Amino acid sequence: MVLGLFRKEKMWGPHHKLKSHYDVVIIGAGVHGLSTAYYLAKNYGITDIALLDKTYLGGGNSGRNTAIVRANYSTPEGIRLYSESLDLYEGLSKELNFNMLLTQMGHMSLAHTDSAVNGVWKRAEINKALGVNSRVIWPDEIKRMVPALDTSQHTRYPIKAALFHPPGGAIRHDAVVWGYAKGAEALGAEIHPRTTVTGIDVSDGAVKGVRTSDGSFVGADVVVNSTSGFCSTITKMVGVDIPVVTHQLQACVTEPVKPFMSKVVVSANLHVYVYQTDRGELVMGSEIDPYSSYSPLSTFQTLEAIAGHAVELFPGLKNLRILRQWSGVCDMTPDYSPIMGRVEEVKNFILDVGWGTYGFKSGPASGHNIAELIATGKTPDTIKPFALARFDANAQVSERGAAAVSH
Amino acid sequence: MGFLLACPNCGQRDVYEFRFGGEVHARPQFGASKKDWMDYVYRRSNTAGVENEWWYHRMGCRRWFQATRDTTNNSVLRTFWTDQEGSDNAVRARK
Ligand SMILES: Cc1cc2nc3c(=O)[nH]c(=O)nc-3n(C[C@H](O)[C@H](O)[C@H](O)COP(=O)(O)OP(=O)(O)OC[C@H]3O[C@@H](n4cnc5c(N)ncnc54)[C@H](O)[C@@H]3O)c2cc1C
Ligand SMILES: [Zn+2]
Repeated sequence: MVLGLFRKEKMWGPHHKLKSHYDVVIIGAGVHGLSTAYYLAKNYGITDIALLDKTYLGGGNSGRNTAIVRANYSTPEGIRLYSESLDLYEGLSKELNFNMLLTQMGHMSLAHTDSAVNGVWKRAEINKALGVNSRVIWPDEIKRMVPALDTSQHTRYPIKAALFHPPGGAIRHDAVVWGYAKGAEALGAEIHPRTTVTGIDVSDGAVKGVRTSDGSFVGADVVVNSTSGFCSTITKMVGVDIPVVTHQLQACVTEPVKPFMSKVVVSANLHVYVYQTDRGELVMGSEIDPYSSYSPLSTFQTLEAIAGHAVELFPGLKNLRILRQWSGVCDMTPDYSPIMGRVEEVKNFILDVGWGTYGFKSGPASGHNIAELIATGKTPDTIKPFALARFDANAQVSERGAAAVSH
Repeated sequence: MGFLLACPNCGQRDVYEFRFGGEVHARPQFGASKKDWMDYVYRRSNTAGVENEWWYHRMGCRRWFQATRDTTNNSVLRTFWTDQEGSDNAVRARK
């Protein structure tokens, strides 16, 4: 019973009764939905907002990710968006008066083959040209930065170089969710956890409102879809299919050990990334599972692959025990870039989806830009390249090389 | 959750022996509009529930077949060769 009471305080309660109409209804209260609400209220004074989420606050990928932030993408479009986001993250703890434990420890993407070395050279140059701090480093320097890495040249995938991105790092993901949630509610937005959207009413080619699992109809001038892995199920409610396939992404964390590494280390060839948290645990992740799925359960195969590959990089980890393993469902797009903005088929329906395995770091900039779109009716330049229409125009923004394994 | 798939040729095997080929969707007719082709190439139903999909037994007989699977829990309802869709030759997954 005591535990029950304790729990209650820890969860975000359903403080409000749903009204029959809001200016803006946001489906999905992850970092994207929450930041959209926060910036709508803060920057534009639009506060008549309801955020509806089928689980608890942070129950989606915003509470399941490995919280890596960085801006070292490979296209000018991507770099612009992710840089904006990193800038916002840098000021966010102060702005929301909520410590998000942003740790810019430095982010290292290893290159094990000649073509990967070319790839990191290219990325470093594009990054530099666009004002992002990135450079190529070689095995000596890699070894100095992370002595635990096996940099010997007789391994299956010897380390030849790395792209080093000093401002990259990690942030406390739950704190980001709670910080935005408190900020948005303080300005008047309402958060409704455990409220599933089951349908969307459309008439005269425009969205009129949503239906929820308890049978209510909630009218809305604008409806935002920010439901990540479930985004296709929401677009289907307005009769639209989008270029998204939902795959599981898994991660795990080991028991805590003394601090011994202070960088995020990613290996695309070995499909693995590793960093040590403030508590000493090692967070390890990989790429998406190789088949589509909405299942919430993690698998032994993926755990085995992550552990085996991590030990290839860090032989010293071989006796560490895994504490937890978990999974989230990710909305993968063909070009590893998001789908943001209006939809031609239906008016007043806005997408902020396709965030796949890489969308936590972009939460602040996405909310900022989507709020601007809603408030001004104009699509900001930063998110123009990510319109759904790019697939009809054959104008994809390919970030596969920069986002498939490092998230 | 990991699962087994019954290859119509080789029987029950671990899903990691196979390559996932995506949901089955109809190819536009010759002469269809550009929009129809773009939709065919990119847009997906991405059903949360039962769908028909392509699978390739890459570590076995190296043949393509189809499966009917519930994507919310990865239970495979049946697997079959495409020329025998719905026929009794469909292999029903064992419980
Ligand atoms: C294991 C893992 C590791 C990751 N690592 C990183 C990383 O290191 N860096 C990074 O930048 N990104 C990472 N990501 C990706 C990142 O987590 C997501 O892209 C991001 O959190 C998406 O945020 P969101 O707000 O759009 O979605 P979510 O936080 O998933 O929120 C969507 C919400 O929609 C709700 N919803 C769904 N359907 C309905 C409905 N019908 N009605 C009401 N509500 C509904 C869900 O309950 C959910 O809470 C990782 C993801 C995973 C799974
Ligand atoms: Zn076979």
